[in-house]
Amino acid sequence: MQPISSVKGKAYPLGLKNVDTDIIIPAAWLKTISRSGLGKGAFQTLRGVAGNVFDDPAYAGAPILIAGDNFGCGSSREHAAWAMADLGISAVIAPSFSDIFSGNAFKNGLLAIVLPQDAIDRLMEVAKTDDIHIDLETQTVTTPFQDRFAFEIDPFRKHCLINGVDEIGLTLKSSDAISAYENKISASQPWLSPNQA
Amino acid sequence: MMPKAQTLYEKIWNAHIVEQRDDGTCLIFIDRHLVHEVTSPQAFEGLRVAGRRVRRPDLTLAVPDHNLPTTARLDANGNHIPIADPESAQQLEALERNAPEFGIAYIDATDVKQGIVHVVGPEQGFSLPGTTIVCGDSHTACHGGLGALAFGIGTSEVEHVLATQTLQLSQSKSMEVRVEGELGPGVSAKDVVLHITGVLGASGGTGHVIEYTGSVIRALSIEGRLTISNMAIEHGARAGLVAPDDVTFAYLQGRPMAPKGDDWDAALAYWRALATDAGATYDKVVTINAADIAPSVTWGTSPEDVLPITGVVPDPSTFADPSKQEAAKKSLEYMGLTPGTPMTDISVENIFIGSCTNSRIEDLRAAAAVLKGRKKADNIKWAIVVPGSGLVKQMAEAEGLDRIFTDAGLEWREPGCSACLGMNPDKVPAGERCASTSNRNFVGRQGPGARTHLVSPAMAAAAAVTGKLTDVRNLMD
Repeated sequence: MQPISSVKGKAYPLGLKNVDTDIIIPAAWLKTISRSGLGKGAFQTLRGVAGNVFDDPAYAGAPILIAGDNFGCGSSREHAAWAMADLGISAVIAPSFSDIFSGNAFKNGLLAIVLPQDAIDRLMEVAKTDDIHIDLETQTVTTPFQDRFAFEIDPFRKHCLINGVDEIGLTLKSSDAISAYENKISASQPWLSPNQA
Repeated sequence: MMPKAQTLYEKIWNAHIVEQRDDGTCLIFIDRHLVHEVTSPQAFEGLRVAGRRVRRPDLTLAVPDHNLPTTARLDANGNHIPIADPESAQQLEALERNAPEFGIAYIDATDVKQGIVHVVGPEQGFSLPGTTIVCGDSHTACHGGLGALAFGIGTSEVEHVLATQTLQLSQSKSMEVRVEGELGPGVSAKDVVLHITGVLGASGGTGHVIEYTGSVIRALSIEGRLTISNMAIEHGARAGLVAPDDVTFAYLQGRPMAPKGDDWDAALAYWRALATDAGATYDKVVTINAADIAPSVTWGTSPEDVLPITGVVPDPSTFADPSKQEAAKKSLEYMGLTPGTPMTDISVENIFIGSCTNSRIEDLRAAAAVLKGRKKADNIKWAIVVPGSGLVKQMAEAEGLDRIFTDAGLEWREPGCSACLGMNPDKVPAGERCASTSNRNFVGRQGPGARTHLVSPAMAAAAAVTGKLTDVRNLMD
């Protein structure tokens, strides 16, 4: 994972609530066996509609997306995070995210920032004309108009994002603890080893 | 001092902590990992690139389901029929290659045990109470119907579990959804979970693990409990749980991968102690009266858009939340519906009976009971029944259910995910409606432009008979 500590730039003012993973990337795009190239399918159904924010030249190449409640609900497809990254998006700001999507976003260094609805409403306005700045270190979202919104983030995730931690590598350092757990369980709950079909 | 009273969720969580960091994040051991062809290729590739192996292939089971066509898989000579779509074929080949390369048991597409991962796990006794179960699929919550802490993960987490058999997780909040009373005629587990989703909303369970309790849940079969827990994700929950009881144990005993002999006795003693302790508390409690639940149907493009079949298409301006008004307007436009239209006036052209929500033997029996001696309506262009596994298919055929379906004019297919998400050739055409027993009515979910109405198997069968959304109670004796 590439380290990420701040994102600054234009933002797509999408605002829509319950943006599900089928909207972010339809199932037809899931047949790939690689992680790249999914930007072409990102938000396909929304992009079919005239006047959509993604094809508006005013927001071309925006690294931030602003959305409504429950962003990324639905399927576990990490393709949603891959497609957004491939489209050039580095951060999403919304009042809430589905648990699975926020996990997938984190694994790919895509910031999922939670702010209350009134802050979202304000940022939607600002995004029409100006840049938005997300700073992970100070956990704030700011605008050129002195707006300053603080957000919460899990300290472990913050550490991993800022330092670009390879999480599997980190967990593998706990191999001895995992082995000890496995030994304890195979003695106390031997039935947990499945009878292979 | 008395030990602290614990919920079922807390007991499973605490029993799986390998390590706990100061910030509260835990390294959680994963007992069971189900792998399918869509969300695993990039994970196996990641392992190869990093030179990592699968830590516990014995706790991992691979089975293809999402991409497989539901038409015949073997020709008259018993040879595999190739998959026509080259991308689907490539994904299937990747799993066929990756499973043996990493030492993982693999169920072939032509094996009678093949099926949707969430049907196969319980059916084989791979999924057990008190275990942690993951899969790269959001409907993994399904296995919570057996009392397992089961949840969907992304591909990076699939790779993490393959490499370490653990996940770095923070504990979720807990919620109890208590459903008390007795279900009326024609009301099934699917109607219960659609109703719950309507009450909680699509994000009502976000950040929570939900335990479903109450007399209605206790009275359900395992099939019904799996249906409920399956859709926990549709109200945003990380996982769903139903405490294991004698119904659970009777279901599991003798399943191929379930414990045997002394191991069974030891497991049973462990499982009996899992239920939430008296005096344990949840972060949130929601109570639902069974008498309020009718045969249900969705009208919009979010699973929270639920109505009793006796309802009418809502007027978006009546919603209190302005963002919901906007969403409802968009939904109705996509669905081609006008406010005030009785739900039972809505014609459908397609019927899908299947998916990890509703493709088990009881679901097929419920649909067949309505279709027996009846024919599909003339306006139904496409109606398919897709059993959840080869074993479900076999059982249904032994009971003669396949004949009831085909006599009524429905197609009887091979097992897989099928038209739930249309990754295989089973899609609903743009602009057409489908009464579907699946779990999501998202825009484009069953195919670009497809309009989905989520219903129970009996309600889908009723819609097949009349050609429109129908109150199944009117077709019952």
